[in-house]
Amino acid sequence: MTDTFTIEGLEHRASAAEAAVRVPRRTARPRWEEPPTVVGQAAKGLTLGGFLLIIVVPLWIVVVTSLSTQAAVNRAGGMVLWPDGLTFEAYREMLTESTVRTALLVSLGITVVGTALSMAVSVLCAYGLSRSRSLGHRFLLVLLVVTMFVNGGLIPTFLVVTGLGGYDQWWALILPGAVSAFNILILRNFYMQTSADLIEAARIDGAGDWRILWSIVLPTSRAVTAVTALFYGVGYWNSFFNVMLYMPTDSEKWPLQYVLFTYVDRGNGMPGSINSGFGTAHAQTAPLALQMAVVVLTLVPLLLVYPFMQKHFRTGVLTGAIKG
Amino acid sequence: MRRDRSLLLMVVPAILLLLVFNYVPLFGVVTAFQEYDPIVGVWHSDWVGLEQFQRLFADSLFWESLKNTLYLSFVQLILFFPIPIALALLLNSLLSQRLRNFVQSVVYLPHFFSWVLAIALFQQMLGGAGVLNQFLRSHDLGTWDVMTDPHAFALLITSQTIWKEAGWGIIVFLAALATINTDLYEAAAVDGAGRWRRLRHITLPGLRGVIMLMLVLRLGNALTVGFEQFLIQRDAVGHDAADVLDTFSFYYGIATGNYSYGAAAGLFKSVISLLLIWGANKLAHTFGEDGLYRQ
Repeated sequence: MTDTFTIEGLEHRASAAEAAVRVPRRTARPRWEEPPTVVGQAAKGLTLGGFLLIIVVPLWIVVVTSLSTQAAVNRAGGMVLWPDGLTFEAYREMLTESTVRTALLVSLGITVVGTALSMAVSVLCAYGLSRSRSLGHRFLLVLLVVTMFVNGGLIPTFLVVTGLGGYDQWWALILPGAVSAFNILILRNFYMQTSADLIEAARIDGAGDWRILWSIVLPTSRAVTAVTALFYGVGYWNSFFNVMLYMPTDSEKWPLQYVLFTYVDRGNGMPGSINSGFGTAHAQTAPLALQMAVVVLTLVPLLLVYPFMQKHFRTGVLTGAIKG
Repeated sequence: MRRDRSLLLMVVPAILLLLVFNYVPLFGVVTAFQEYDPIVGVWHSDWVGLEQFQRLFADSLFWESLKNTLYLSFVQLILFFPIPIALALLLNSLLSQRLRNFVQSVVYLPHFFSWVLAIALFQQMLGGAGVLNQFLRSHDLGTWDVMTDPHAFALLITSQTIWKEAGWGIIVFLAALATINTDLYEAAAVDGAGRWRRLRHITLPGLRGVIMLMLVLRLGNALTVGFEQFLIQRDAVGHDAADVLDTFSFYYGIATGNYSYGAAAGLFKSVISLLLIWGANKLAHTFGEDGLYRQ
């Protein structure tokens, strides 16, 4: 009895899951099904509704508090559950605050540059490995897949990055995690499904692989490109631990997540600019509304992108979910 | 051959990055057998054999971390694992496509939040100055700062994981549910099987494969209970409750400059984890399932 790990096995699993969701859904109760009981419907509604509320209510409270006046916060004794005198004061203050403004730019910069780099590298690699029987593609594929199952661990990686001079450098927040074998496999899976006839026709017309990738493969796989970019982008936007590892001291370089960690999760005082009106550097914890405005700020980009991506989840994301 | 040259060229950047940041560190595990000195580097550090491991196994903090890891893993398995399955079944029974889409987009959302953000939200709800304590105070019921209570930590961690990941977890089960042949339900219903018998004899067997797969993954990752989640909250609840194997490497390796010691702890975890994955797969194969890879 031997265990053999096959890439085909993994891919088979992924494409089976994809095929599965294309099955048309029933939209009406079939004749043979017994009518729902009142108790059953109520229990179902309460459970699902409860779960939705647990997700939505904290977001609501945070947004409302961030829009509240100091007087409203005082009246509520902390978080404000229901709008009671709305003001954008906290947001105005936050954006005049150099720490948060810098952090926002840093986060956006890392996310944009990182995602662009990751996508370029991943799309190229996925296409390079997607043409069957090409030279060495099996070996390279194994090289890729191995990284999903074994890694050197925290300290060896840290030693390599700092050994290359990555301490306090921007690239240390981008390059070590720039390539995700899993995202490449998702992309490759789709590229392999691109019509062989189409590619053959283009080849006869004299198109090379670069041309085929750019003009045929990429335009026919927009959904999976979008979802993969979302995964990478969210990863960069949310990155927190590598900041703690590689840039813990220079607060001028902190991205938003680290600022959020320091001033909200840990509740340290925000080093305000002098005219920010809530005390001098490290003097006191920032007003609650301001803290909540920072929370909302980290949410906004996600909420802006999410609606556009959400519709693709049913096609592109399943392979990712299989991994758990 | 000419075709392959450009294909190979396309693969080069990714492979280079993987070599530098994944494969080189793989060989970096040798530091676990050294007394690594950052000044002379890995080539000139002294070899100490298994000394780091001897120290590790004599370290009560290490065993404490291992104990916490296994305990939290167990609690998560019991409390978290069934929830996505139940949610998927509930969601699947909704008839309105629009409602289903709405529920899905809401429950997937927290998966995209960072742990920093998720914990900030929990803190504002359950922390000392959060909504829960506002309520308790205003009704003279005393206070309960859930975020700093070590006794509640396992439950807190698990509810955070449920809040953030249970919704996302339903995707695999929804996909598996969609593969079940609906004719089976009709045939069973005609034969007089009620709702619950259909669930028991058609739906659950249909989900068996994917449930086993997720179980194998969970068991294989028993030593991984989350990293940032613990890092962020450790100072609030104290290390007695919040040190797990992953954070052990960080706090007693990197943070204190004992790189070799931390690397030894990391290597210990990796080796045991590989054994666990292998063992969990064996178990799955014994039950006639595929597990993570096929037999």
